[in-house]
Formats: sequence, C-alpha cells, structure tokens
Amino acid sequence: MEYNLASLQPALPEIFLLSAACLILVIDLFLTERTRLLTYGLSLAALAGAVALTLYAAGPEREILFHGSFVRDPMSDVLKIGLLLISLFAFVYAKDYLIELDILRGEYYVLGLFGVLGMLVMISANSFLTVYLGLELLALCLYALVAFHRDSGAGAEAAMKYFVLGALASGMLLYGISMVYGATGQLTFPEVAGVIAGGDADQTVLVFGLVFIVVGVSFKFGAVPFHMWVPDVYQGAPTSVTLFLGSAPKIAAFALTMRLLVDGMGSLVEQWQNMLIILAVLSMALGNVVAIAQSNVKRMLAYSTISHVGFIFLGLLAGTDKGYTAAMFYAITYALTAAGGFGVITMLCRKGFDAENLHDLKGLNDRSPWLAFMMLLIMFSMAGVPPTVGFFAKLFVLDAVISVDMVWLALVAVFFSIIGAFYYIRAVKMMYFDKPIDTAPLAASMDTQVMMSINGLAMLGFGLFPAALLGTCRAAFSG
Amino acid sequence: MIALSDYLMVGAILFSLSVAGIFLNRKNVILLLMCIELMLLAVNINFIAFSYFLGDTAGQVFVFFILTVAAAEAAIGLAILVVLFRGRRTINVADMDTLKG
Repeated sequence: MEYNLASLQPALPEIFLLSAACLILVIDLFLTERTRLLTYGLSLAALAGAVALTLYAAGPEREILFHGSFVRDPMSDVLKIGLLLISLFAFVYAKDYLIELDILRGEYYVLGLFGVLGMLVMISANSFLTVYLGLELLALCLYALVAFHRDSGAGAEAAMKYFVLGALASGMLLYGISMVYGATGQLTFPEVAGVIAGGDADQTVLVFGLVFIVVGVSFKFGAVPFHMWVPDVYQGAPTSVTLFLGSAPKIAAFALTMRLLVDGMGSLVEQWQNMLIILAVLSMALGNVVAIAQSNVKRMLAYSTISHVGFIFLGLLAGTDKGYTAAMFYAITYALTAAGGFGVITMLCRKGFDAENLHDLKGLNDRSPWLAFMMLLIMFSMAGVPPTVGFFAKLFVLDAVISVDMVWLALVAVFFSIIGAFYYIRAVKMMYFDKPIDTAPLAASMDTQVMMSINGLAMLGFGLFPAALLGTCRAAFSG
Repeated sequence: MIALSDYLMVGAILFSLSVAGIFLNRKNVILLLMCIELMLLAVNINFIAFSYFLGDTAGQVFVFFILTVAAAEAAIGLAILVVLFRGRRTINVADMDTLKG
C-alpha cells in the first residue's frame, strides 16, 4: 500500500498530542519549582492545538486509516472537541488545587495529556485492538493520577481498588473480544458487523462474548451492579483528579459503547438492549437513592454519576439514531456539568483543608455569591430543572425512549429523577439558607474564575439555546 | 489431535480461577496482581487457539499487545502497592476499608 504523510491527516490531533505530551515531559525535567507553571501553560496549549487540528481534520465523510484500525467520522469530531474542551476545564481547575496541596508536579499534566490521548484513540477506534489500547492508555494514566497525592492514605487505597477492578474490567472485556473474534474471525468493526449480519457466526459464542463485553463496558462506565469502585475512587482521589475522572472519561465511555455495541455488533441490538435496560434501571434506582444518605460531597456526586450513567444507557438502548443523539448530548453536557461541580469543590479547598463534606457548602452565598450562583446552576442542571441544560438532556433521552414504545422505562426514569432532585436541592438550600461554618475568604486565581464563570453560564446558555449543540450531535449520526 | 474446544476449556478454567481469586482473596494484594495476570493469560490462550484454528494471524498480534499492556499494568500495580505499603505498613486486603459509606 502506498504511504504518504498527507494520508495521516485524519489522525493529526492524536499525533500532535502524543508529540506534545512527550515534549512537555522532557521540558518539565529542566524546570525548577518556580517555573513549574510553564508545564501547565504548555499543556493547555497542547489541548488547544489538538482542538484546532480536530477542527482542521473535520469533515462530513468517513475516513479509515491504518489498515482499518482507525476511523475519523463526524461523531468522532464532535466527541473529540467536547472531550478536549472539558479536559481544558479540568486542567485549569486543577492548578490552584495542586498548588494549595503542594503537589504541583509536571507529571500530573503529562499523565493527564496521555489520558486524553487514550480517550481520543478510543473515540476514533475502528477495531477491537485500537479500542483496547486506547482504554488501557486512559486507565493506566488514571490509576497513577488517583495515587498522585502520595502522602494521602485514602488516595493509595482508592488507587489500589480502582486498579484491581479496572484490570478485572479489562480482562472481562478482552475475554468477550476473544469470543467475538473466535466467532467472526475479524477484529475491525465493519467486518465484524458484516459477518454477524451475514449470519455466518456461531450465535451462542457471539452472545457469550457480548455478555462479557457489556460487563466490561459497564465496569468502565460505573453502572450498577458494577459500580463498586466509583464511590471509593471519587472519595479517595485528590479532588482535581476526581474532577478529571468524573467528567471527560464519560464521553470516552460513550464512544466506547457506540463503537463496540453499535458499530461492531449493531445487528445484535435485541440482545444488548435487554442487558442495558437492566443496567439503566438499576443504576438510576441505586444511584439516586443511595446519594441521599451521603454526607461526603464527593461520594454524593459519585452516586449521582451512577444515576446519570443510567440515563446515558437509556438513550443508547433505544437503538435508534434519535437515541444515540440524545445519549451523546447527555454525555457531553453531563461531563461539562460534572467538571463544574467538582470545580467548585476544588475552589473551596485551601492549604491544609480539603473541602469534602456537604456542610462545607453551607453559607457559600455569604462567602461568594458568584460561586454560589454557579454551583446553583450546576446543581439545577444535574437535577434537571429548566431552563438549565440538564433538563433538555433528560427530555431528549426520555423522548427517544418513548418513541421506541418503552413508556414504562421513561416513567421509571422520571420517578427516580424526582427522588434525585432532593439531594441536589438540599445542597442548594445549604448554600443559600444556612450559616457558614467556615468563614475563611475564598481566593481563586483569575483563570479559574473565568473558566468557572464560562462553565456555569454554559449550563444556562445551552439550556436556553439547546438547538445548536443538539443539531451538532444530530449531524454526527445523520451522515 | 487437541480440538479447539479443549483450548477454550483451559482458557475458561483459568479465567474462572482468576476471577474467583480476585473475589475470594482476603489476604494479600500481591495475590490480586497475580490473579489479574492469570486472567490476561487465559484470554491469550483463547486468542491463540482461535487464531490457529481460523488460520488468521491477527489474533496472535493482539496477544503481543496484551502482553505489553499487561507488563505496563503490573508496573503500575506494584508502584501503587509500594505507595500503599509505605503509608500503612500492611498489604492485607481486609485492611483496605477506610473508604466506605
């Protein structure tokens, strides 16, 4: 096959990010404590460059690269831009927190960049091998990041739990992949889909493999009953890492599911639809009910994540373009909301004080009305109160579910969302109507404040004008 | 001649052993790491058996990647183990219980 550099254009964002991350790792070696912020600046520049290159390589057509193992299509463009921008937020929020905790090391941002690279590879994967490598690149970076605060006992314990369960999930996924490979003899998704649609594959082996793949995916997503790691990891990890791990990887997990289940095994939709229904209902039920009992705000948001994952699954299991569009909208806006929510918590932390408990939010309005207002928008968005974006995300998902005649599922989802609204609104009540326990002034650097304002107002902006983002998501599937 | 199903059986047994090991083991974190390695090796057996019987080398290439990733994973796992041990002087699984709720 002929090889020229121009043919690599669709993979430019990944190639650029890889080179940039390696370069930043080397540059960081020559920096002193005082100039460490250069690494931070360069990392942000690397992300911004990757956004620009993604836009440059974007287009309505589908391009296949590297002998069918890499694909660039409209869906990957939208997801990549969303992912890179949300990682940008996560990097900015992390800076002040890391300085306060005295763990601002260059490795933090380099590991973050490699994690982002892993997610980009997952989004663009067109074969089981690429999906697996992207997934592992992300997972290995996240294990290291969770244990980043080496003096924190909770961090190490959380990292160990995350590592063992993450490796178990990868093992399950691989076992499933090996079965599908055995049944179809193919590793690239279009070929696998072709063999399955042709009816040449052994159905028993295929469904056996599918079960393991769904289990692996739900582990990565953190859906009930494979959610055990989520609360512990969210609580134990440094807040800035929780922020990163709770936001952008949800978009990557959505891409993972789309690639594996829809691109690869779309004709088995009836089988995986039933599995996803169980996972979605259990996630929404357990996530929303258990979150009420939490006093640790990171743990509460962890259970809230579990319930949101249930919603993303609802959109996916509809099995129609409308459902995928809704799930994509949900994944992107949820990732943005989660980044903002954890961002506010990182801003409450200062030297020697890690804001973790729900009552640390008390009286936030007296301490900083602007920050309290941002948190209000974020909490309302998570609860799904109009006119914030969370309402429309939920609405689109429910609409997609109803249009495939699963009204009972929509009713279950609404029921548990109403239960869930309780703990979000309780947080808002604490911010506005309770006396502050801790009256230390809140100081945040300019870039964090600007990003937080953009993030909070985006909740309102996308809520008032959801058509733009929805149209982008819809265009990703109609091509 | 050993049939494909025999290889798959071995793979399935090793896989179940490793999953059982992860859930039943309450003593030592190093045993967990060994179980994870065993699990990946069980998958490798599957891949190689399928690859041989299908006459397709892609499965064997996949195995090389799995082996490489497994090595990286073991390195990270042991590094986390060292951090954990430094902090609390024990690697007993039952002692990892500070996070709950």
